[in-house]
Amino acid sequence: MRRVAVVGVGYSQFGELWERGFRDIVLEAGAEALADAELEGKEIEAMYVGNMSGGRYLGQEHIAALIADYSGLAEFGIPATRVEAADASGGLAVRQAYMAVASGLHEIVIAAGAEKVTDVGDPMEILSASVDMEWERFVGGNLPALYAIMARMHMESFGTTEEDLAMVSVKNHRNGVKNPKAQFRREIKVDDVLRSPYVAEPLKLLDCASISDGAAAVILASENVAREITDTPVYIEACTQASDYIALHSRKDVLTMKAVVKAAREAYKLARIEAKDVQVAEVHDSFTIAEILAYEDLGFSEKGKGAELIREGITEIDGDLPVNPSGGLKACGHAVGATGVRQIVELTLQLRGDAEKRQVDAEKGLALNIGGTGATAVVSILGR
Amino acid sequence: MVPRFWRKIKYRYDLKGSYCENCGNYHYPPRNFCPVCRRRGRVKEVRLPDEGRVLSYTIIREGEPCVVALIELDNGTRIISQLSCDPSEVETGMRVRKAFRRYGEDGEEGIINYGTKFVPAN
Ligand SMILES: [Zn+2]
Repeated sequence: MRRVAVVGVGYSQFGELWERGFRDIVLEAGAEALADAELEGKEIEAMYVGNMSGGRYLGQEHIAALIADYSGLAEFGIPATRVEAADASGGLAVRQAYMAVASGLHEIVIAAGAEKVTDVGDPMEILSASVDMEWERFVGGNLPALYAIMARMHMESFGTTEEDLAMVSVKNHRNGVKNPKAQFRREIKVDDVLRSPYVAEPLKLLDCASISDGAAAVILASENVAREITDTPVYIEACTQASDYIALHSRKDVLTMKAVVKAAREAYKLARIEAKDVQVAEVHDSFTIAEILAYEDLGFSEKGKGAELIREGITEIDGDLPVNPSGGLKACGHAVGATGVRQIVELTLQLRGDAEKRQVDAEKGLALNIGGTGATAVVSILGR
Repeated sequence: MVPRFWRKIKYRYDLKGSYCENCGNYHYPPRNFCPVCRRRGRVKEVRLPDEGRVLSYTIIREGEPCVVALIELDNGTRIISQLSCDPSEVETGMRVRKAFRRYGEDGEEGIINYGTKFVPAN
């Protein structure tokens, strides 16, 4: 296996982009990534696209060929492949591209993620198809309800409070202010979260990331090629993936995302680091409780003590371990299949020193992208 | 959704699960294949206990409040189901038993779905 570097990154504005179509936002992300890598386009040998549900969000399948076409790559006839794992689709696309380069099959590959959700009535209902439709969703267990069940159990088992959860949202909103592409660029207070209406108790509206439109792209290259085309390569030191039982009721420990634990353990081993060596992280805060669980399952804290990190300010942008400097899914917006790619864009900018007002000081970064309630997890470790 | 619902109807009405004679694990919904033993598993269909306790729950506040709970049946099998009771009555650890209840209508065909819900066991 060869070393793989990120040589170009880009992403579109995230949010409710009423006036813009799927093709526009994809083009924006792809063009930005090509410009960033100073590539013309014809150097790209393959494309992987993360997209959860073009069929239901847009009525459009065959998304990878469409994206290759509208990125100006149809002329070259490159292989273009869509991958799907609910809202971990983007992380999966990055991993497929990583494997294609690491294996020696290709020199330069693009991984994209894209979702256009605001053309349909209830984006959360479609995202909820990531759970077991017959045995969870049928009885009312949609995605917010299942995370709420985890949240209450965490609160009752470990003393985590609704205020702790609210602080995750407050932190991510504060970071989002500094990200020009974030959907929500306003600060909120703990009280704003606590007073927002319950969606699924104990989770409130401001505990839930909004499902957004957005696209992101990263260009990966082998180490040798990367050295030729950029002075600032950021290396993918590990990109691992794991799965778990799809339904919560099948898991022995509802409060441990086994897929995250497994993917993280393998990633640390491959990157030859430990959890304590991570200096910045982008994690999957689709719901505030998910960020607390991520702290624990990634090994940033012991099981049950995740809330201490938020209480003590450790994961604030100026803390010892900044988490979600981009604003995370909560403030940046959760563009489903784009999210896992956007996380890699953010880490690359951070490690290169290009993150402007939200810049942190870091040489090692970690991204965690989750599908549904944790039946898929993708962990990437990047280093400069 | 309609044929998919009817195919599984006996499991929704009767609360049937599977038991693996090789490892002693129960599963709901029933599985043809034991995820612990795989090929060595010896799986048979069994009726699950009618009662259990609430491990955790949520009250969905979109429209009429709806209680969705993670329930552990008395043999350890876990199930996500609805609780049919006043949301203010619900608490973690409460004993519940199964009941046959309406689950609403399915799309434009207007077929009424029924299935298992749980009620407080007194
Ligand atoms: Zn077995």
